[in-house]
Amino acid sequence: MDVSALIMADSRFPGGGHVHSGGLEETVVRKLVRTERDLPSFLSGRLHTAGALAASFAAAACRQSDWALLDTELDARTPSSAQRESSRAQGRGTVRAGKVAWPSPVLDELLRVTPRPHHPIAVGALTGIAGGTPLDAALAVAYLAVSGPASAAVRLLGLDPFVVNAVVARLSGELHAVAEAAASVAGEHPAELPAPGAPALDLLAEAHWRGHKEEVRLFAS
Amino acid sequence: MPAEGHGHGHGHVHPVNFDPTATEPDQFPAASMDGRPYRIGIGGPVGSGKTALVAALCRALGDELNLAVVTNDIYTTEDADFLRRAGVLDPARIEAVQTGACPHTAIRDDITANLDAAERLEERFPGLDLIIIESGGDNLTAVFSRGLADSQVFVVDVAGGDKVPRKGGPGVTTADLLVINKIDIAHLVGADMAVMTADAHRMRGELPVITQSLVDTPDAPAVADWVRSLVPARAG
Repeated sequence: MDVSALIMADSRFPGGGHVHSGGLEETVVRKLVRTERDLPSFLSGRLHTAGALAASFAAAACRQSDWALLDTELDARTPSSAQRESSRAQGRGTVRAGKVAWPSPVLDELLRVTPRPHHPIAVGALTGIAGGTPLDAALAVAYLAVSGPASAAVRLLGLDPFVVNAVVARLSGELHAVAEAAASVAGEHPAELPAPGAPALDLLAEAHWRGHKEEVRLFAS
Repeated sequence: MPAEGHGHGHGHVHPVNFDPTATEPDQFPAASMDGRPYRIGIGGPVGSGKTALVAALCRALGDELNLAVVTNDIYTTEDADFLRRAGVLDPARIEAVQTGACPHTAIRDDITANLDAAERLEERFPGLDLIIIESGGDNLTAVFSRGLADSQVFVVDVAGGDKVPRKGGPGVTTADLLVINKIDIAHLVGADMAVMTADAHRMRGELPVITQSLVDTPDAPAVADWVRSLVPARAG
């Protein structure tokens, strides 16, 4: 795996990821996730929907640079405006940090087309600029799709961090499968990229966004 | 632009010192401001009076400086709401940041959310002189990244105990200004101000310490003067 992808998958990478729980906070508020036992299904479900979608676009952005088209196609696959917003916020944070680490005219062009690119497109573009492969980009993004919520669960519920990390580790096979599937379609026309959906996550994201206005919320998503 | 007189560049170089009680001002100058507003971070433990100090600074400086505020609440909009209710600043000039349950991370390790909030304010109010960034209540190790704040204030209060300055930590030892707050209640909580200020000066070397009570001086004049020395109002 290319080092650039490892760096972006690291929770210490200053791309603003730590303020996003990927819907986990809302599930905790609704008591749908309470213990370590509830996590595997949440994380696995997220991986095979939002994670698989993100991985496909990260892999594609590693190989292609029609930023406007990729952006539009990912927008179309993200029905929740709250999720679009959180993806763009993380994308903006990622390119902000990535611009310093891997400066490139390709990145300048991406930012010219959209100053707030979607997160998977930002990660894919940066991985490609740094010399990584679509599989590297897909794996990093698929991993982030579960590691972010897992870390949020530790913080929100005081779960045992050893157990939570073991849950993530057991997803290793699924993560590889999702990343490989994503990489295998990286060269397809953006309109032909996969479009897995998770209506529950869409609704949770919208509810969380509305909840910001009334209740205590620690995470931006 | 203010470059001198805020704790950096104090004219000599110190050797490496392995004494854990020794302190050093931050040796790294703040990043170039490139015409952006000056950014001051205000951090400190929960309940030490950070939000009240921000409100006091807004009252004291609001007429002479073009300013805005970013709040990093643990409870999302609590502090921003307090500032709005206090009526010291146009609510549109206050941005609240969600910190993902880690206020220290949001001001130090990954400053993205705060930079975004600062940029939103800059876009909304071109020509800002100053952005005050208030950290969520945290611990004695919570300092602002130099990538986020040009200068930082650390606020402790007498109710936290007079041994707080002695405990040190980067907040106490490296902040550009240490404020010891609520001195009006020192006698009620058994805090010895002489011990507290002596310890603070011992821990901080040449860096300044201000003691204050916002009950006695609601406009925080000493801190406001310190801010003025850093951020002269732009001509016009």
